[in-house]
Amino acid sequence: MSQAHIDVKYVADLARIELSDEELQTFQGQLEAILGHIEQLQTVDVEGIEPTAHASPVFDRTRPDAHRPGFGPDILIKNAPDSSGDQLRVPKVVDA
Amino acid sequence: MSLATETIASLRKKLLAGEITSVQIVDDIAAAIEAKDGQIDAYNNYNIEAAREAAQNADLSLPLGGIPIAIKDNINVIGEPTTCASKFLEGAYNSPYDATVTAKLKAAGAIPLGRTNMDEFAMGSTTENSAIKATKNPHALGHVPGGSSGGSAAVVAADTAIASLGSDTGGSIRQPASHCGVVGLKPSYGRVSRYGLVAFASSLDQIGPMTKSVEDAALILNAISGEDKADSTCLDAEVPDFTANLGEDIAGMKLGVPAEFFGEWLDEGVKANIDAAIKKLEDAGAEIVPISLPSTQYAVATYYIIAPAEASSNLSRFDGVRYGNRADKPENMLDLYRRSREEGFGPEVKRRIILGTYVLSSGYYDAYYTRAQKVRTLIQREFTEAFEKVDAIVTPVCPTAAPEFGQDSDNPLQRYHADICTISANLAGICGISVPCGTVDNATGEKLPVGLQILGPHLGEAAVLKVAANYEKLR
Repeated sequence: MSQAHIDVKYVADLARIELSDEELQTFQGQLEAILGHIEQLQTVDVEGIEPTAHASPVFDRTRPDAHRPGFGPDILIKNAPDSSGDQLRVPKVVDA
Repeated sequence: MSLATETIASLRKKLLAGEITSVQIVDDIAAAIEAKDGQIDAYNNYNIEAAREAAQNADLSLPLGGIPIAIKDNINVIGEPTTCASKFLEGAYNSPYDATVTAKLKAAGAIPLGRTNMDEFAMGSTTENSAIKATKNPHALGHVPGGSSGGSAAVVAADTAIASLGSDTGGSIRQPASHCGVVGLKPSYGRVSRYGLVAFASSLDQIGPMTKSVEDAALILNAISGEDKADSTCLDAEVPDFTANLGEDIAGMKLGVPAEFFGEWLDEGVKANIDAAIKKLEDAGAEIVPISLPSTQYAVATYYIIAPAEASSNLSRFDGVRYGNRADKPENMLDLYRRSREEGFGPEVKRRIILGTYVLSSGYYDAYYTRAQKVRTLIQREFTEAFEKVDAIVTPVCPTAAPEFGQDSDNPLQRYHADICTISANLAGICGISVPCGTVDNATGEKLPVGLQILGPHLGEAAVLKVAANYEKLR
């Protein structure tokens, strides 16, 4: 891991983002520089240190298993880019 | 004199004495926006008529009764657009509900007025990453206002708002407050609910006030703090009256000064202002204690693993299905996701999503993400130990005053380095404030504001506000 290498096209694919050739080229250099800086963490002694996922000392909070009002489809559908009745419309997902 | 120039505290006195009405405040803000915002470009949208109507019905008996407050454009206000300054959401999303902070402001009598510009999805430190427009620094129009809450800082600095809300993931309230010469408070993690804030990095995000005085910041914090069933990270902790201790003096308080925040990267003019501010606090009776936070050197690297990792997950919801941008004539679902996101996101957002996806990907997760979480533990531990010895910590907010537009725009790493003084507080979950402490001159003699950062322990806002209020009086 001494040399930061990132295959931007492959990772953008994982992230479901199409990139132009120009973006691929720009990001390649910029991300390599950023990863090069991040590499310094490899030198820190973290033996026996627990990871911190978030900064409050609170874990596994539960709430009462009670009925709560939610938003109806009539409200949520207003922001939909494409809909039919009270449903979201998307391209065909399963081949017939 | 326009009422738009005044503080919440002063307007509240006049409202209660019957000298002015809430509608007059709204009208003066409308006039100020009309006169100035064409030049500053800090508002993405505003609805004066709706605010006037709310002002006519304002309940002045409530703590913020009749006071209009501007809101960053990543916080939901029912019936209004929320754009996050992104093409993905602009013109394609209306908030179906109020964020908890919006509801709490309304319950305290305040009137949401205007949505302020920001770096797209709060990613950036100049507001240049807005896909909507470039907000100018009211003190020097050739300079950025800072970011990501640049619009929220600029409207307060330009007196086109009384006060505003921002959000702070790595300094996005404190740094623009410093650059624009206003007060900006990042509460402790868990103090304020994030329900209805568009999530960037969930273990770091906090909402807080940006104001013309420390007292106003305390007044807003009073209104927005407290447990929320809709945000399980929001703590069931006592909410004191944050205005109660502002008048107490700081004699005998111990203020830590960490050497690591005064590196060679610190601009001389900024340093001179910070040194002078610390001297004033010492003269007022505070004991200045040199301290060390050695892991500060790893803060930027740690943050730029954790924040993008969380962002890559949070922003997966912007897929073109339920709201926001959808690409034309998608061939299939994958094509719909890929092109909707390509069109909708700007370069910084794409960069961070890709970086975050990379550090979470198979084979790299432990080397980057888990390791960063462990270094985060070290950073947090050093602050905990420091706060056993001192009551608060004083530092610069930013290595320099506000840069000119375009500086380092093709070098994101260089820009990330400038976050060094602010991001530790988010990683550690502690609170911090920026208060105006002086200016430096740019090449043409314009005065660029500089802020003093005061950091306090987790849920230690009262101490931070007390030091800030004292400093404000000493200036």
